[in-house]
Amino acid sequence: MENYEQSFNYENCLRNEELTKQGYEKKKQRKTGTTIAGIIFKDGVVLGADTRATEGYIVADGNCEKIHRISDYIYCCGAGTSADTENTTALISSKLELMRLTTGREPRVQNALTLLKQYLYHYHGYVSAALVLGGVDFKGPHLHMIHPHGSTSTLPFLTMGSGSLAAMAVFEAEYKTDLDEESAKNLVHKAITAGIFNDLGSGGNVDLCVMKFQNTQFFRNFDKPNKRKFSRINAYRFPKGTTQFLEEKVTLLRKNLVIENLDKNNNNNDNDNNDNNDNNDL
Amino acid sequence: MQLIQQSKQESLPKSKEINQPQFFPYTNNQGSCLGICGEKFAVLATDTRMSMGYSIVTRNATKYLKLTDKCVLVSSGMQADIETLHKILKARLTIYQNQHQKPMSTPAISHLLSRTLYYRRFFPLYTFNVLGGIDEDGKGCVFSYDAIGTLERVRYSASGSGSALIEPILDNQVGFKNRGDITDKTGFLEEDEVVELAKDTLTSTCERDIFTGDFVHIFVVNENGVREEKFELRFD
Repeated sequence: MENYEQSFNYENCLRNEELTKQGYEKKKQRKTGTTIAGIIFKDGVVLGADTRATEGYIVADGNCEKIHRISDYIYCCGAGTSADTENTTALISSKLELMRLTTGREPRVQNALTLLKQYLYHYHGYVSAALVLGGVDFKGPHLHMIHPHGSTSTLPFLTMGSGSLAAMAVFEAEYKTDLDEESAKNLVHKAITAGIFNDLGSGGNVDLCVMKFQNTQFFRNFDKPNKRKFSRINAYRFPKGTTQFLEEKVTLLRKNLVIENLDKNNNNNDNDNNDNNDNNDL
Repeated sequence: MQLIQQSKQESLPKSKEINQPQFFPYTNNQGSCLGICGEKFAVLATDTRMSMGYSIVTRNATKYLKLTDKCVLVSSGMQADIETLHKILKARLTIYQNQHQKPMSTPAISHLLSRTLYYRRFFPLYTFNVLGGIDEDGKGCVFSYDAIGTLERVRYSASGSGSALIEPILDNQVGFKNRGDITDKTGFLEEDEVVELAKDTLTSTCERDIFTGDFVHIFVVNENGVREEKFELRFD
């Protein structure tokens, strides 16, 4: 069992507890909206995600990447707090890479699943990562979802995030077993699009990842259904001097520059020489 | 500050902790609207998205009211209250028309709206309004409100969920704030320029505000009456 206590710094926890007792408002974590989905098809797994990252009601990033690489043949979509999903997948990714190098074998999806669920269970849901894990190893295609508390389920099609209901509606209506690659891609694309348009927390473009045995294709911005529809041409030109100021002072950088010779032979430059930059008024 | 919060916590009666049926009369359906005034015209715009939480209720909500040939009202906030307010105003204006055989002037309507809102001072209509049009002299005018009837005649205004994103653009482009290159700060923009600006501002707003989107209704009020335009935003 790994010693997770070493991984986080809890220094401020006691202080924050004390501050809350004194009546200060507790800092709330922000919920982030997302639509992520995955299905199993005839030859492998298709994962999909939208690209909107929100900070409250503001779009923080309109084209972020939510499908993370775990290994060459294992990918993972993340919903929840973006820092948690990114760091959790990166941590497990590096663990599996070390395992691959020591054993000389490709890591299995089950391996990634166990590491992720044990890690998330250890933090009792405080690491808020909701993941859709997919990959193909020699045992065949695998698709799992992992909840922030560490519970997992294994299903032929699944969705997560705030747009999961919209995406699941599409899957429930149209999913069939043994779909071919093209229709599987189209189905995931349709499910993510449903999330993008019907859930306000999701939006932007569609990312897809198609995984077959020993063959992974990642389609960044597979579809861009939300291009900007209007732009003014040659508007908003500000001539030089538009921003007004009260005072102007020009300081020549060269005057304050200390040039030291790092050559070993000339290293006995007297340090007193550097003290004549008294006129430093930056 | 700390003491106040402490005493608040202490003074809370224990019975509050028991789950009681509560009354939540308000919901916010979000959306953005704006008004810009020109020399002899006013441009008003509102998006048509109505949302509840993270879901879209409709992409085609009506959040505007053509009050007269010289006056348009755009609103955001709670859709039920917006519709109620619009109904009240429409009725009051019909009564005025029948009694005086002329439509009400835009500044008069601005006061009527203010009073209608303040009438509900302690159970307000949850609406954020921008009223605009041309006054008796044919000059463009825009009036800005809060939910309980504060009234101010302004050159431009924005309200709703995207107002914090819209207002600074209007400050710079219409109010000429922080513009050393423009000496006459009281000047007005041309009509088509303002329409373009309104379209661009709302297009940019819906890139960043998740509650603004779908379509925009744009109204240009000038001496020829009210011209309406529908304009597409993004749907995500």
